Amino acid sequence: MKYLASVTTLAYRADKCAGCGRCVEVCPQGVFEIREKKAMITDRDLCMECGACAKNCDFGAISVNSGVGCAAAIINSMIKGGEPTCGCSDTGGSGNCC
Amino acid sequence: MEMLKFVKRVTPPFVTGTVMTPSGAAQRVKTTWSRQDRWGMIRSRISAFRMAYTVEPGIYAVGTPTKDSEVFVTANYKLTFDILRRSLTQIDAWVLVLDTKSINVWCAAGKGTFGTDELVYRIGAVKLDSVVEHRRIILPQLGAVGVSVSEVQKRTGFRVHFGPVDARDIPAYLAMGRKKTKEMSTMRFNILDRLVLTPMEINPAMKKYPWFALAVLVLFGLQPSGILFSSIWHTCVTFLLLGLLAVLAGAFVTPVLLPFVPFRSFAVKGWIVGMAAVAGAVLIFDPVPLHNILLLASVYVFFPALSSYIALQFTGSTTFTGMSGVKKELKIGIPLYATATVSTLIMVGVYKLKEWEVL
Repeated sequence: MKYLASVTTLAYRADKCAGCGRCVEVCPQGVFEIREKKAMITDRDLCMECGACAKNCDFGAISVNSGVGCAAAIINSMIKGGEPTCGCSDTGGSGNCC
Repeated sequence: MEMLKFVKRVTPPFVTGTVMTPSGAAQRVKTTWSRQDRWGMIRSRISAFRMAYTVEPGIYAVGTPTKDSEVFVTANYKLTFDILRRSLTQIDAWVLVLDTKSINVWCAAGKGTFGTDELVYRIGAVKLDSVVEHRRIILPQLGAVGVSVSEVQKRTGFRVHFGPVDARDIPAYLAMGRKKTKEMSTMRFNILDRLVLTPMEINPAMKKYPWFALAVLVLFGLQPSGILFSSIWHTCVTFLLLGLLAVLAGAFVTPVLLPFVPFRSFAVKGWIVGMAAVAGAVLIFDPVPLHNILLLASVYVFFPALSSYIALQFTGSTTFTGMSGVKKELKIGIPLYATATVSTLIMVGVYKLKEWEVL
């Protein structure tokens, strides 16, 4: 299943890639593949912006504006300000999250 | 004088004996589930019980682990811990439980509680470097959002390996020499995975239902002489039942049938399912109050929009929706939902004024 097309903030710079394969190891959506000792993006629309790749890329080749893809969290952040977080448990709210 | 209190530390039912480690006794856990564990899983899937469903952070033993055994790191949400230990049948291993405030790995990693700092702290607290001789730990792949491999290695000497997404693949992962197939590293989200999530979609929506019911009763009950229900009972019941139907369409049918409902947008999917449900109900039952064109129009404007809004909430439970996409949906959706609500109120208002023969 794929979500909306062409919305992800995922950015990848092949010139910085060392081909270590860490992004392939951590991505839960299979966005990356190693081909000819470099990572490459298979399908950008698969990206869910979790940020695992960017956090674990030691060469700064990947960046993504990561965050939770959760309507409740985003609506909350619109009302209360701040970044959307998976914070249902903190607020003792409905617990409708993940 | 202060009273001395002796608190008897209760041994959890999933524990079977202890194993000595350099940092003290580690509890040995069973790899089977008791009735209590199964009941706990059900309760945490349907209610806020999950918020307090927890295990003590620290090191645990499975089977008879040695200094060469693998170390599996997990969260201290009891259901997560249970799924891991159940997957370690016939494996001798150590389990390192992080304090994630009883939140599962994925959500805790997103928040940073299943993160580099807690992992580094916990490795030190249990003296992991003297529990095992090797320097590798296996983390669930979904923990990667919160854990930086190179930082953990720098600060502890331990090399993080991200194992499979699903704990059930651990035996195969070990058999392959800590290698994953593509299936092991991508998230599964089949119809059953989605079905078990629906109670926690319906539950919060139904908590707001009484407010909707109150609004319906007040709106239709309002008469020049006060609030009267006897004459408008039929109308109220029609709207209340359609409200229930909209909740089911958005919180149950849309998530379960997700890949079969056309379009990628959750708002559109929810609207389609809501529209089909409302149209079906209106055609089959042909409720007398909806013979009024204003009420009929308001039903078609409001309830599919409600389903759409509720379906959008499911983005928080899926494995593939990202923040930019949900923001885009909300940016377009919220003004439409507001418009639908206001126009519904206007139509019902005009209907009431006609009823009172003001118009």
